[in-house]
Amino acid sequence: MNAATLSAARAGLVSCTTCRLLSRPAQPANPGYCPRCGTALTWRHHNSIQYTWALVIAAAIFYIPANALPVLTTTTLGSTESDTIMGGVVFLYTSGSWPLALIVLIASVMIPLGKLAALAYLLITAQRGSVRNMHDRSRIYRLIEFIGRWSMLDVFVDAFVVALVQLQPLMSVEPGLGVVFFMAVVVLTMLAAETFDPRLIWDPVERGERHG
Amino acid sequence: MGVETIACPDCDLLQHVPPLPPGGKARCARCGETLLSERADPLDRPLALAVAAASALLIANTTPLMTLSAVGREASTTIIGGAYEMWLQGSEITAAIVAFCAVIAPAAHCLFLLVVLLAVRRPPAPRWIGELLRSAHFFEPWSMTEVMMLGILVALVKIAQLADVIPGIGMFAAGAFVALLAGVTATFDAREVWKRVEWADGTVPPLPPAERAGAVR
Repeated sequence: MNAATLSAARAGLVSCTTCRLLSRPAQPANPGYCPRCGTALTWRHHNSIQYTWALVIAAAIFYIPANALPVLTTTTLGSTESDTIMGGVVFLYTSGSWPLALIVLIASVMIPLGKLAALAYLLITAQRGSVRNMHDRSRIYRLIEFIGRWSMLDVFVDAFVVALVQLQPLMSVEPGLGVVFFMAVVVLTMLAAETFDPRLIWDPVERGERHG
Repeated sequence: MGVETIACPDCDLLQHVPPLPPGGKARCARCGETLLSERADPLDRPLALAVAAASALLIANTTPLMTLSAVGREASTTIIGGAYEMWLQGSEITAAIVAFCAVIAPAAHCLFLLVVLLAVRRPPAPRWIGELLRSAHFFEPWSMTEVMMLGILVALVKIAQLADVIPGIGMFAAGAFVALLAGVTATFDAREVWKRVEWADGTVPPLPPAERAGAVR
């Protein structure tokens, strides 16, 4: 990094997270509120690393019942059949629509797992003050933020299958407990992406400059 | 106008951004995040699209998405009907989240933006529109109409073997809403609103030169 690299925080300026106005707080320890929009100002998100870890760990725990428990239970004239998320993917594949099977596999299995792994990686490297691969880490963060909502796909699929297939007494579909856990995984990882402060990725650059 | 000093929201790097031509974009010199993008018509065009999006949303939520017929019986559902059926089946939490992501968040996102765009036309813009704009940004990631549409497509393929499915008006309206709302976010520039909003400490921002000239008829 060249000598012109200066972060707002190091220059004594804080950027409003809502309206992005730069202001210079009178008391740096307690930056107060944005003079334009009134948002509480912070140098970095409060306890970003701890909150994000808590959400990531909770999501990782919920991920297990989300995949093990059934998401849909179909009752047809006395016989009952339960499907997990992977079961749904296999069903789509065997019923001949492999592009949709692939989309559901990516949205329901690969994106949540990838998000958990990526957030853990961002957290560990930020905690250790790593100055390697910072561009890639910024890019990973933006990807997580952008793509996370698509994991909700399976929840919508289950909701509309349940809503439409109510042809009692011939056939009915009930949502399983797996949906609740799966939804918790998606919501928690989305919140985790919001609590993680991407500026923490770049902060070690200036710490290094100051010491060296 | 002139040079603007901005801190990158993703890496906090301070940088000076020169005036950009309409359609121009400034990226952070360090992490590559988009700092600014100058829109050609940052308030009128998104307003027109937001009015259209709000109408499409109204239709999407009040007409059936699709009708399913099997062995002589018919069932149709609206968006909120999908969530309600989940509720009846005992998944109250799932129903609440589906209703939030498919109905409440898209509606809040679209309507708050619409009100902001209407209120900002009369200078000085009142302070509460800042609050609305902040709420609109809060709802944005949770507004999942396009995810819902893909979800419906997958659900239809799953059901297709059991019954005939006829798409309803609601489905087309939801598709139009997705496209129109994407248009709103692509043409809107929140900076233009912030420039006009009355400050929290009571200061009224000066009118941009272009508007002052326009005001003299």
